[in-house]
Amino acid sequence: MTTTSTDVSQLPPKQKGSWWRRWGEETFSAYLFLLPSLVIFITFTFFPAAYSMVVSLFRWNMPSKPMFVGFENYIYLFTDAIEAPLFWKSFLNTFYFALGVPINLVISLLIAILLNRRLAGVGIFRTAFFLPTITSMAAVSVVWLWLFHPADYGLFNSWLIALGLPIQRWLRDPVLAMPCLIGMGVWYGMGYNIIIFLAGLQSIPQTYYEAAKIDGASPIALFRHITWPLLGPTLFYVLTVGMINSLKAFTEIDVMTQGGPLGSTTTLAYLLYENAFQFFQMGKASAIAVLLFIMLLLLTWIQFRFVDRKVHYE
Amino acid sequence: MNNTTIPSSHRSRQSWARIRKTLLDMLWYVVVTFLALCVMVPFVWMIVTSLKGQNEIFTYPPTWIPQDWQWKNYIDVWQEAPFGRYFLNSTFVALMVTVGQLTSCILAGFAFARMEFKGKNFMFLLFLSTMMISSQVTLVPSYLIMRSFDWIDHYQALIVPFLANAFGVFMIRQSFRTVPKEMEEAAKLDGCGRLRFLVQIMLPLCKPILASQALFAFMGNWNSYLWPLIVTNQDEMRTVQIGLRYFVSGEGGTKWGLYMVAAVLVSLPVIVIYFLVQKTFVESMASTGLKDI
Repeated sequence: MTTTSTDVSQLPPKQKGSWWRRWGEETFSAYLFLLPSLVIFITFTFFPAAYSMVVSLFRWNMPSKPMFVGFENYIYLFTDAIEAPLFWKSFLNTFYFALGVPINLVISLLIAILLNRRLAGVGIFRTAFFLPTITSMAAVSVVWLWLFHPADYGLFNSWLIALGLPIQRWLRDPVLAMPCLIGMGVWYGMGYNIIIFLAGLQSIPQTYYEAAKIDGASPIALFRHITWPLLGPTLFYVLTVGMINSLKAFTEIDVMTQGGPLGSTTTLAYLLYENAFQFFQMGKASAIAVLLFIMLLLLTWIQFRFVDRKVHYE
Repeated sequence: MNNTTIPSSHRSRQSWARIRKTLLDMLWYVVVTFLALCVMVPFVWMIVTSLKGQNEIFTYPPTWIPQDWQWKNYIDVWQEAPFGRYFLNSTFVALMVTVGQLTSCILAGFAFARMEFKGKNFMFLLFLSTMMISSQVTLVPSYLIMRSFDWIDHYQALIVPFLANAFGVFMIRQSFRTVPKEMEEAAKLDGCGRLRFLVQIMLPLCKPILASQALFAFMGNWNSYLWPLIVTNQDEMRTVQIGLRYFVSGEGGTKWGLYMVAAVLVSLPVIVIYFLVQKTFVESMASTGLKDI
């Protein structure tokens, strides 16, 4: 409280106590209220984020001692004859996996438009589409592992046989494993997108559609000129959130493929986990974490910028 | 029939429009039912398989109705792996996180909504900036911190890092700001202190948002996977998700009936909660856009 002593000295002495009562006490109490959150954030968010960058400059193969190596970890990831191909493959796999996001978006939007009607029983259908999203990813991954079982009694293979097609090895096939994960991800994430889209669709005033219909607009014209532009902000939001979640995806990969076969489903998030908790190369893992952080930050920044614009609109 | 003045062509057009609408509605039901059934296939298959015996699982073609209902799978699974312990761990951890996180969010949310203090804007931005730092980035250092605290395989490791949530603070602050300022002044005049005002007046008024925050905290924690995977090594410290993972990957991996039982049990609590509070759930998800942590 010493910083304000000059102000206080000019006041009659009896008001000194009232200043404390009015401002000092409130500031003190406010920080007391913030303290629990603040301690957690500093210990488990800010410090680790900074520490991550520091560790990324060390060669640290646990349990041996860390050794400062500058940017060696990054250089290895980018250029080393053994490391770099793995890294770049994972980098590409990350974006390959993220292809599920636009696919999900299109399918969810179509279903949301279908469900945006006042017909009896529509609530039951909404629940059906929503159910996967709230189920635990680990449990759902186990179920899909069984659906994709490579023998003839696996459900999907039994369908292929019924159609007269050859059975597949699905998750054990380097070419098919990633599409399988993407398909499962679309099924899983759809419900969430549908909920967001339904909220967006219902915020569009019905009068726009009625006016356009009177002018003789076709359903496609209605979608193109009313639904699409007015849903734009929602679409963008769903796209960026989807991308962020896709970059962070871990559970389904760990349960269903462990990054295999032949590294065909190793994304950056999984590469980070492998390096840190299977090979115990903390420095290299931290370097991957920093790169992933930059990518995520870019996406979050785009999203926040856009949210700002949306606020200006309203 | 007094509509003889209407030309017959008009009348038939009217009835044609009605028929067309009925047909379109029927088509809608067919399409949507088909799509919904497709989405439900994995769930149905999970439940069907969970009731099959070991032999029936491996027969081709697969059957949609178990020939021999194996209800005892639901009893056996508890002996196959310590699922009782896993459930106890998950429930305890998720409840502690929910209560702790809600408390810290309420306190911080109140400070940001209702108190004037130096550095308020800075602190608010600091809080919001934590949302930019994803858990993957802090994974390795957080693990190292846990090791140095000697918290690996302790409940603290599963609980303490999640006792703050910037998004929750933000949502609760927004809700607190809607309570009229006059109310606080009136309460103050009557000699009601700040904390008492918060607990006895603010919290009851903001129940819906608190409920949805509690719901998300519980659900997010129950379903969380990566963090419990790395901070637990001993079997008796595992949560249900991790227990399920090791159960499925162990012992040759052929007991699909039991795996499906485990999957049903692990996903059941959140699904039950969902059906109990469906409306709150969907509304808060649509308005906050929050899914997982």
